[in-house]
Amino acid sequence: MSPDGRSVDMSTYITHVELANPVITAAGCAGTGRELAPFFDLGRLGAHTTRSITMAPRAGRPTPRMTETPSGLLNAVGLPGPGIEVFLDRELPWLAQRSIRTIVSIGGGSVAEYTALARRLAGAPGVTAVEVNLACPNIEDRGRVFARDGAASAEVVASVRTVIPDDVPVVAKLSPDVTDIVTVAAACAQGGADALSMINNPLGMSIDTDTMRPALAAVSGGLSGPAVRPLAVRCVWQVYNALPLVPIIGVGGVTTGRDALEMILAGACAVAVGTALFHDPLAAVRILKELEELLAARGIHRLADAVGRAHRPPGSGSRHLEESSL
Amino acid sequence: MLTTRRVDAYHALTVVAPGIAERYRPGHFVSVAVGGPGTPMVTRRALAVHDVKPDYGGTVDFVIAVSGPGTAWLADRRARDTLDLVGPLGRAFPLPRDPVNCVLVGGEYGSATLFGLADVLLRRHCRVDFVLGAASADRVFGALRARRMGETATLTTEDGSLGLRGRVADVLPGVIADVRADVIYACGPMGMLRGVTAVGIEFDIPVQVAVEEAMACGIGVCMTCVLPVIGDDGVTRMVRACAEGPVFRGERVRFDDIGTIPFDALGAPGGGSARNVT
Ligand SMILES: Cc1cc2nc3c(=O)[nH]c(=O)nc-3n(C[C@H](O)[C@H](O)[C@H](O)COP(=O)(O)OP(=O)(O)OC[C@H]3O[C@@H](n4cnc5c(N)ncnc54)[C@H](O)[C@@H]3O)c2cc1C
Ligand SMILES: Cc1cc2nc3c(=O)[nH]c(=O)nc-3n(C[C@H](O)[C@H](O)[C@H](O)COP(=O)(O)O)c2cc1C
Ligand code: FES
Repeated sequence: MSPDGRSVDMSTYITHVELANPVITAAGCAGTGRELAPFFDLGRLGAHTTRSITMAPRAGRPTPRMTETPSGLLNAVGLPGPGIEVFLDRELPWLAQRSIRTIVSIGGGSVAEYTALARRLAGAPGVTAVEVNLACPNIEDRGRVFARDGAASAEVVASVRTVIPDDVPVVAKLSPDVTDIVTVAAACAQGGADALSMINNPLGMSIDTDTMRPALAAVSGGLSGPAVRPLAVRCVWQVYNALPLVPIIGVGGVTTGRDALEMILAGACAVAVGTALFHDPLAAVRILKELEELLAARGIHRLADAVGRAHRPPGSGSRHLEESSL
Repeated sequence: MLTTRRVDAYHALTVVAPGIAERYRPGHFVSVAVGGPGTPMVTRRALAVHDVKPDYGGTVDFVIAVSGPGTAWLADRRARDTLDLVGPLGRAFPLPRDPVNCVLVGGEYGSATLFGLADVLLRRHCRVDFVLGAASADRVFGALRARRMGETATLTTEDGSLGLRGRVADVLPGVIADVRADVIYACGPMGMLRGVTAVGIEFDIPVQVAVEEAMACGIGVCMTCVLPVIGDDGVTRMVRACAEGPVFRGERVRFDDIGTIPFDALGAPGGGSARNVT
C-alpha cells in the first residue's frame, strides 16, 4: 500500500500475455520447480523459468563446476538435464497442474535442434512462453556461440517463432559478451522475437593460487550474482533506449527489491532472479514484496508506470507511448 | 546462537533451531549463509548436523573446520549472534530394521555426523563400534565420546600422535573381523570413503557413505554438487550430493571418476544417445 492507501497494480505483460507480477525465476537457477516448493508457492511469482531444455539427456560439465568470486559466482554447469521427453513427461505436467506460469527455456546446437525442440513444445499444455537460450555453441559454426552473432541469433529465433503457436511469446535471451548488444537485440526483434531477456552470464575465469590451476574444470565459466548487475542494467538501458516497444526481462544480480526496481527503471517489464535463490530460497518472494513497497513509497500505483522511467529527462512528467521515438 | 567453543582443531557451535531439531534424522545437513547482510559471499555453506538436543525448544550442534573465508566467519560467531540456517537437508542414513553390528567410520570432522546416528542405532539395540581417524591427534573429532558410546573405538592418525599410525581403511578389516560387522557407515574426505568402500566390498558388507561435494545452494537448484553414481537400473548418472545424497551406498559411487563425466554416464559427451550442444 502506498502512503495514500492505494495498492500497487503489479501486473505486467510479455506482449499480450499477462503475468500477475514482474518477478520470475531465472533459467537454470530454480531447478524443476519442485525443489523450491518446500519454501514457497511458485504460483506467487509472475512465472517460473525452467533450466534450458535440450533434445537429448545431458550430463553437463565435470566438477568443480562452481567457484565463488567477490559478490558473484562462476559456474560451468553445462546445461545438465534429462532431455525434452522426460521434461514433457514429468516436469512440465507438475508445473501445469499447479497453474504455475512457466517459461520454457530451450538450448540447442543448431537451428534445426532449436526448431525440433520448439516443435515438441508447440501445443504442450502449460507453456506460457518459450525462452531461446542463445548462449549455446553453434556446432555448424565451429562452436561459435549464437548470441555473439545477430544473424545467427535471428535465424534461430525466426525458426522457433514459425513453429510456436502465435499466442505463445518467444523470448530471445541475450548474452552480454558482444561488441554491441543493441545490434543483436534488434536482429532478434526483426527475426520475430516477441520479447528479450538479458543478460545471460558473461564469461569469467578464476585461478586457484594454491593448486596454481584454473578453479573450474571447464577452465572458464559464466559469472552471475551482484557482480554482474551494473552490466545487466547497462544492457537493459541500451536496448530499451533503442527498442522501447519490445518487452524486456531484466536478469543479472537482482538480490533485493531495490535491484529489481533499478532494472525496471532501466526498461525491464519483468525481472528474473537467479543466483540470489542459491543464497536465499525465499529471495524471489521477498524481492516481490520489497519492490511493491518501494513503488508504493514513490507514489507509483502501477508497475507499468515505472518501466523505463529512468529514461525520462529529469523533471519531466509522465511519458506517453506516443512520445516515444517510434 | 547459544554457545561457541574450541574443540581441538575445530569450533563447535550450538544454535537454537527448533524446526531443524524436530525434523532431524542422522545424516542430514543444513546450509548456512555466511558474512552477514550484504555479504560478498553469495553461496551458502553446508554443515553436517552433529547433535540435536531438546533444550530451549530444540538446539542443533555443528563442528566447524576453518578452511576458507566462510568457515572462518562462522568460527568468529559469538553467543547471541543470529545465523541464517536452512534445513534439515539431504537424504538421511538408512537404518537397519534388525539389531545388527554397525561399524561407524569417521575421518576428520566427518565423525561429527556419526554420533546422532550412533544414538539411534543404540536405541535399536545395534552394536556400535567406532573407527575414527585424521592426520593428527587434534583433528580426530569425538574420540572420548566414541569410547563412551561404542563397544570399541579404534583411532588412527597419519603421524601416529594418537592411536594407531595409518589410515582408517588400514585398520578397518581387523575391526570388521573382530566385531563381525554387518554394515559400515562412513563420513569423511572422499579418499577415505573410497578406501572404506573398497574394504566393504572386499568383506561383502554394505557401506553407507555421506559424501562432501562443493555446494552452492544445498537445495538442489544449482547443479554444482554432482558426482557419478550408479542407479538401481545400472545406469550411471551425475546426481546431486545435496538432494539425492549426501548419503549413498558406497559401492554405487564411482569414486575413481569423481571430477569427470564417465563416458558411459547418462548424457555424457559423445556417449549413448546424447548429441552434444556444448
Ligand atoms: C554435506 C556436507 C556436510 C559438511 N559438513 C561440514 C561440517 O560439519 N563441518 C565443516 O567444517 N565443514 C563441513 N562441510 C564442508 C564445508 O561446507 C566447507 O568447508 C565450506 O563450505 C567451505 O567454505 P569456506 O568459505 O570456508 O571455503 P571456500 O573454499 O572459500 O568456499 C568457497 C565455496 O566453495 C564451497 N565449498 C568449498 N569446499 C567445500 C566443501 N568441502 N564442501 C562443500 N562446499 C564447499 C563453499 O560452499 C563455497 O561456495 C560439509 C560439506 C558438505 C557438502
Ligand atoms: C548455475 C547456473 C545455471 C544457469 N543455467 C542457465 C540455463 O540453463 N539457461 C539460461 O538461459 N541461463 C542459465 N543461467 C543464467 C541465469 O539464468 C542468469 O541469466 C544469470 O545467472 C544472471 O542472473 P543472476 O545474477 O540473477 O544469476 C544459469 C546461471 C547459473 C548461475
Ligand atoms: S548444492 Fe546446489 S544442487 Fe546441490
